[in-house]
Amino acid sequence: MGERKLMRGNEVIAEAAIRAGCECYFAYPITPQAELLEHMARNMPRLGRTFVQAESEIGAINMLYGAAAAGVRAMTSSSSPGISLKQEGISYIAGSNLPAVIVNIMRGGPGLGDIAPAQGDYFQATKGGGHGDYRMIVLGPSTVPEAGELTILAFDLADKYRVPVMILADGMLGQMMEPVELPDPVDPATLPKKDWALTGAKGRDPNIILSFDLDPEVLKQMNLVLQEKYRKIEDNEARYEEYQTDDADIVIAAYGTVARIAKTVVRRARAEGIKLGLFRPITLWPFPYEPLRELASRVKTVLTVEMSAGQMWEDVRLAVAERAETPFYGEMGGVVTTPKKILSEVRKYAR
Amino acid sequence: MPVNTENMVKVFGRPESLTDARFTYCPGCHHGILTRIIAKAIDELGIAERTVTIAPVGCSVFAYLWYKCDAVQASHGRASAVATGLKRANKDLIVISYQGDGDFASIGTAESIHAANRGENITVIFVNNQIYGMTGGEMAPTTLVGQRTTTTPDGRDPAYFGYPIRFSELIATLDAPVYVTRQALYDTRRIMDAEKAIKKAISYQVEGKGYSLVEVLSTCPTNWHMSPLEANRHVAEVVTEAFPLGDLVDRGG
Repeated sequence: MGERKLMRGNEVIAEAAIRAGCECYFAYPITPQAELLEHMARNMPRLGRTFVQAESEIGAINMLYGAAAAGVRAMTSSSSPGISLKQEGISYIAGSNLPAVIVNIMRGGPGLGDIAPAQGDYFQATKGGGHGDYRMIVLGPSTVPEAGELTILAFDLADKYRVPVMILADGMLGQMMEPVELPDPVDPATLPKKDWALTGAKGRDPNIILSFDLDPEVLKQMNLVLQEKYRKIEDNEARYEEYQTDDADIVIAAYGTVARIAKTVVRRARAEGIKLGLFRPITLWPFPYEPLRELASRVKTVLTVEMSAGQMWEDVRLAVAERAETPFYGEMGGVVTTPKKILSEVRKYAR
Repeated sequence: MPVNTENMVKVFGRPESLTDARFTYCPGCHHGILTRIIAKAIDELGIAERTVTIAPVGCSVFAYLWYKCDAVQASHGRASAVATGLKRANKDLIVISYQGDGDFASIGTAESIHAANRGENITVIFVNNQIYGMTGGEMAPTTLVGQRTTTTPDGRDPAYFGYPIRFSELIATLDAPVYVTRQALYDTRRIMDAEKAIKKAISYQVEGKGYSLVEVLSTCPTNWHMSPLEANRHVAEVVTEAFPLGDLVDRGG
């Protein structure tokens, strides 16, 4: 393991990507993820790797598509409005079975919104923001060290399944500083070879990368291949954390920054005798439905807390069904909730 | 009577790097000629084993079928950005981006200009037939003044739709491109000139010199509602007036 350093979330994601063997990075500046881009601008060229400040987010996602097709580990990053511009490219990457990592440091929306932390892009990330029947693995870090760990995992999962993987964090996590310990760098030359990549048709038939066929039956088969892969990911990759849920009557369901705040709420609630726990999805797709369903059958209330109008709430209700009551509390527009506000919500259900 | 081939010399043949797949193009369309001369250049430069071609959206969407080379299909307008990603990821690849006028000069304007301005070491073949062929003959950014299309049924009125865009001239104003040229395929002489230009453009990439753009004036007999012969004549007599042939930039020599 490397040295322990105080670092900002955006820089940790960038540095973790470099250490995961990311050879190409393409992005367009946008707040609040600019430090990520700047870290890459400072470090990629001196390592002999590619940093391109693209003409737009559309340019960046299509450069990512090209680099992924060439078989290298590659990444782009942006924030909410910029991620909207990347949706067509993400659909192409998914449809073409390419591994790629996309970072979204979310800010307030819709439209231009603001530059404050928010979680309003959950639907876009987990339900398919682009066209067609595709999925993307979505990882929701809750602390700065975890942002680094999940970035490395993102590259591994992308290569393993040949899918786009998104790191879905928010401006709070991007800007916050915490001590982190990053792993030793991976030498890209030691990564498994990709026999499907575009490396030149030397001594083999040409490799063709596309998401296209005019014959509906053939395109259906291509879709079935994707769906089979998605079922495998759902079976094997759902990740979550439970915190003080063993004896809980009430459970907060939250991810990312809000889950971190909720941990404080759990401790405060327990100090006043409320048996509160936390269920934190780490993979937002695949969503950990089964573990939450099982937990819901043991508690009275599953309170979803988000910095949105209730987007993950839909998945929570799908998981819980009628096993427990499923109230919601959320903030929007970049307003960050506080332990005090969440605790007063919790008290409503602690009868 | 059996033919005696003993004293014959082969002067013309199918390029090695061209596959046996049948073209999907209409009779009289120039895409087929252009595909062939690109394959010939790939052969002559001996680069088939390290070439990646990029198929765009439009009539040439099937371009990944024509060459015995690796290939990728790009979304509409973004081929030059995809080319950037490929080339930056692996500088040993020879990247040839094949794009139509709607792709390159309309929806992909930003990607096209900025790949050229960064001087990406790639080759772009830009097919200008002044129409959207695949979708049914709508106006292209290059549609001539007065030209009837399915979206300019009374002819392109510049006061309403603007003028045909001379995109190669725009690219030629930039400092980075090494070679920008406009060619045509309406007769043997132009085909031979276009062959030379395409080979030169790709050889500049092989030599690491940088970005080159070969615009090729092409026909669309189907959507122009002309016979192939009339279409050829139209390029020679009318289209070249709006889009003059020749080199705009050559910094590679």
